[in-house]
Amino acid sequence: MNPYLAGVLLGVVLLMAMYISGRGLGASGGIKYCVVSLVGTLDRNHAENSVYYSKYFENGRKPLKNWLTVEIFGILAGGFFSGALSKRIKFRIEKSPKISNRRRLIFAFLGGVFFVYGAQLARGCTSGAALSGMAVLSVAGFLTMIAIFGSAYLFAWFFRKNWI
Amino acid sequence: MGPLSSSFIFPEWLDLLFAFIIGTGFGFALEQAGFSSSRKLAGMFYGYDTTVIKVFFTAAIVALIGSQLLSFFGILNMNQVFVNELYIGPAIIGGVIMGAGFIMGGFCPGTGLCALSIGKIDAMVFAAGGITGAFLFAETYPFIRKLADSGYKGPVKINESIGISSGLFTLLLIIAAVLMFWIAELAEKRFARQEITDEIGS
Repeated sequence: MNPYLAGVLLGVVLLMAMYISGRGLGASGGIKYCVVSLVGTLDRNHAENSVYYSKYFENGRKPLKNWLTVEIFGILAGGFFSGALSKRIKFRIEKSPKISNRRRLIFAFLGGVFFVYGAQLARGCTSGAALSGMAVLSVAGFLTMIAIFGSAYLFAWFFRKNWI
Repeated sequence: MGPLSSSFIFPEWLDLLFAFIIGTGFGFALEQAGFSSSRKLAGMFYGYDTTVIKVFFTAAIVALIGSQLLSFFGILNMNQVFVNELYIGPAIIGGVIMGAGFIMGGFCPGTGLCALSIGKIDAMVFAAGGITGAFLFAETYPFIRKLADSGYKGPVKINESIGISSGLFTLLLIIAAVLMFWIAELAEKRFARQEITDEIGS
């Protein structure tokens, strides 16, 4: 799809979230709630005694029954539907032909670790902090956006062999 | 008057149903933008594909103009819409860590989930890394708690902090975005990598 048209579509979805639910879009938050729920299931004791996890289980709350968690399952459904429509569904590793599968997957894993760790610190990722934050004119949104893109440009030189 | 979740008391199932529908729209828009490809996303940082900035700023501007129009006509009460709270240090440090993750992994969490849904194995590994990252944060939280809560300023709005109206700020942002789009189009020609663009397209 034309990028500007896709941007309008994304903007309309964001506006819908603001109008219906009074909030923006998110992705890393839903991942966090899944992890919190998993830890709570595997080791209830640890979850209840931890300053971090315990707040998500207060008053019998269930982290999976949460707006952000359900929303990311929607992302999976919507992505799959779009991929099916445009015939892009296929199991494969996407990478530069100059690097091995192993290298691509190691960096993909590290990227995930860094991104979601940073998102917890900044209270949102590209979706929840940068995009949604900018749409409500929050300073946090603009600052996070500049930090993410600025840092990626700064580090791009070091990782250029993975991409170009 | 919107937000609907404030005007009506939504039962939990309806709130979550809307979450799912909005998420579906979000995933659909990201995938249609081509964001299920890490090589397309990474193009932003090497100049050969600048779709990221075009989609990102167009979306922000559409939501900004849309919400201000709805607010002007009394359809949406912007005071009831969540405004991100500012923690200066965490926003910058978290953002820098995220940027490093972006260039290593080639995805952000939303686009990673979207790529995972169409079968990209690298995106599945990225998501596994994301789960690990959230777990590491939770476990290290007691040690970084002070940093995580530092520099709190509340839900500050950028136009208010520089003393102009939201409409004027939006106008300035649109002008800045058009300039960036123009530079982005130039960059795509200057840093073109036909072989990558051809492969992404397939």
